[in-house]
Amino acid sequence: MAHPTLAVLESDLVAYKRTWRGSALSSFILPALFMLGFGVGVGQFVDAGGRLGQVSYVDYIVPGMLASTAMQVAFGEATWPVMGRFIWIRTYHAMVAAPLRIIDIVTGDLLFVLLRVVVSTGVFLAVTAAFGAVHSVWSLATLPVAVLLGMATAAPVFAFAAVVETDSYFPLLMRFVVIPMSLFAGVFFPVESMPFGLQVLAYVSPLWHGVELCRAATLGTGQLTPLLGHAAYLALWGLVGFYLALRSFRRRLVV
Amino acid sequence: MPAGQPLISARSLVKRFGELVAVDGIDVDVYPGEAFGFLGPNGAGKSSTMRMIGCVSTATAGTLRVLGMDPRTDGVAIRARLGVCPQQDSLDPELTVRENLTTYARYFGVPRRVARARADELLEFVQLAERADSKVDPLSGGMKRRLTIARALVNEPQIVLLDEPTTGLDPQARHLVWERLFRLKQQGVTLVLTTHYMDEAEQLCDRLVVMDNGRIVGEGSPRSLITEHVTREVVELRFGDEPLDAPASKLAGLGERVEVLPDRILVYASDGDAAAAAVHERQLTPSSVLVRRSTLEDVFLHLTGRTLVD
Repeated sequence: MAHPTLAVLESDLVAYKRTWRGSALSSFILPALFMLGFGVGVGQFVDAGGRLGQVSYVDYIVPGMLASTAMQVAFGEATWPVMGRFIWIRTYHAMVAAPLRIIDIVTGDLLFVLLRVVVSTGVFLAVTAAFGAVHSVWSLATLPVAVLLGMATAAPVFAFAAVVETDSYFPLLMRFVVIPMSLFAGVFFPVESMPFGLQVLAYVSPLWHGVELCRAATLGTGQLTPLLGHAAYLALWGLVGFYLALRSFRRRLVV
Repeated sequence: MPAGQPLISARSLVKRFGELVAVDGIDVDVYPGEAFGFLGPNGAGKSSTMRMIGCVSTATAGTLRVLGMDPRTDGVAIRARLGVCPQQDSLDPELTVRENLTTYARYFGVPRRVARARADELLEFVQLAERADSKVDPLSGGMKRRLTIARALVNEPQIVLLDEPTTGLDPQARHLVWERLFRLKQQGVTLVLTTHYMDEAEQLCDRLVVMDNGRIVGEGSPRSLITEHVTREVVELRFGDEPLDAPASKLAGLGERVEVLPDRILVYASDGDAAAAAVHERQLTPSSVLVRRSTLEDVFLHLTGRTLVD
């Protein structure tokens, strides 16, 4: 008999098999546009300025964009869909009536989100490789990093989505947390070039740690100890988020 | 009282939400094979009781045993043998009708092939076979409710909990649901349902409890409740827009009891026609006179002083 967690993942996959083409296409188009716009367009100016040293701008932003994609996919899947299953379509209420535990429901749906993250970042990696922006087989190490970052993002957002009564919080979270993170957490330019206050915020954000890990993988730079530190920091976000998600799911479903 | 060990047994069961007492110390026994009802208005504590039986809500005080187990510690094992049809629809609109059943069956560990066969059987049973590959959204309210009932049966449950199974459905859809539930009962499935429709309780329930403000105020079969608490017949008198005080005073002593409601007067009598004739003898000219059999609605009114659906 399959584990109940896998039964939860399975029902997500049954629904996904009908929509995967659209989501795969959009996760293909976005990196392609970014490669053209930033890599070819902006890249020429940056490379002419020579501020990044030996590294070309395309090579610099590809790992950052990849981490940023992982975060955004995780955010998207952990907000509206999760809230909807409590409030709009109420399928979580049907699930607790079955012999599933809260941990089965949370884990199953998180596994699905991480699968979506892997597929999207995998497509991203394939597209950028086709543009000649991937140079080493170590680039594949960005996929487990994407999973770690996806968990660090999705788990706390699951906890949040299980508490809110309206979806109007999500655009705020997008505007004041996700977009600033995408802009200032080292995706497009080095964090060190910002004022100290903003640097601290970048260091606190999970995204910066994911970017550092991805960049180390694609450029073959970085040292083991700080890299382990980045991974541990992301794991901490994931674990605390998972605990909070279990708590808020239980409070919502078992009253 | 039916024979055997009760499948569900509650003693002094209490559910509080902060200051609010939703269930205020009820004793209930449900026996195998019977259709048992909780009848009461909204807010009487029916759904809270159902959620405790369904192991998705913990009792504040008292004891509850379901299938011989304790919901606080054996929730998963109990839920594996329950079927639940909730008050609000909770079908997955991203899945087809059939997939709603097969994916739900997987939560009970039913193997894929068995789940598919059982889904087709159940769709046949609730008369949705030709909609198997349709999405859920275009289904009518009655179809969705029947699909939810089918979903509650994917694990071949011993007890099916139905929270207001026909609320919001049109009369034809309600009758179809009743008929299916009656077939289930014939197959020996124990049904526990809540309702605020007296006709639903009369149609479906072998035994029921009347709930009001979290308490049980009456208990028995629909028939015995009626004979115990009200007369066999009722005369309903309406007086157009006139105030009812004047006619009510003239009716004093008629039948066994006279009940004045905001829009009509009820006269409880064993012989309704005789009572109606007596109304005219007292020089009253009601705008309408209706003699009917007593119902659970009258029982509820008698026990609580209020109408059931307000």
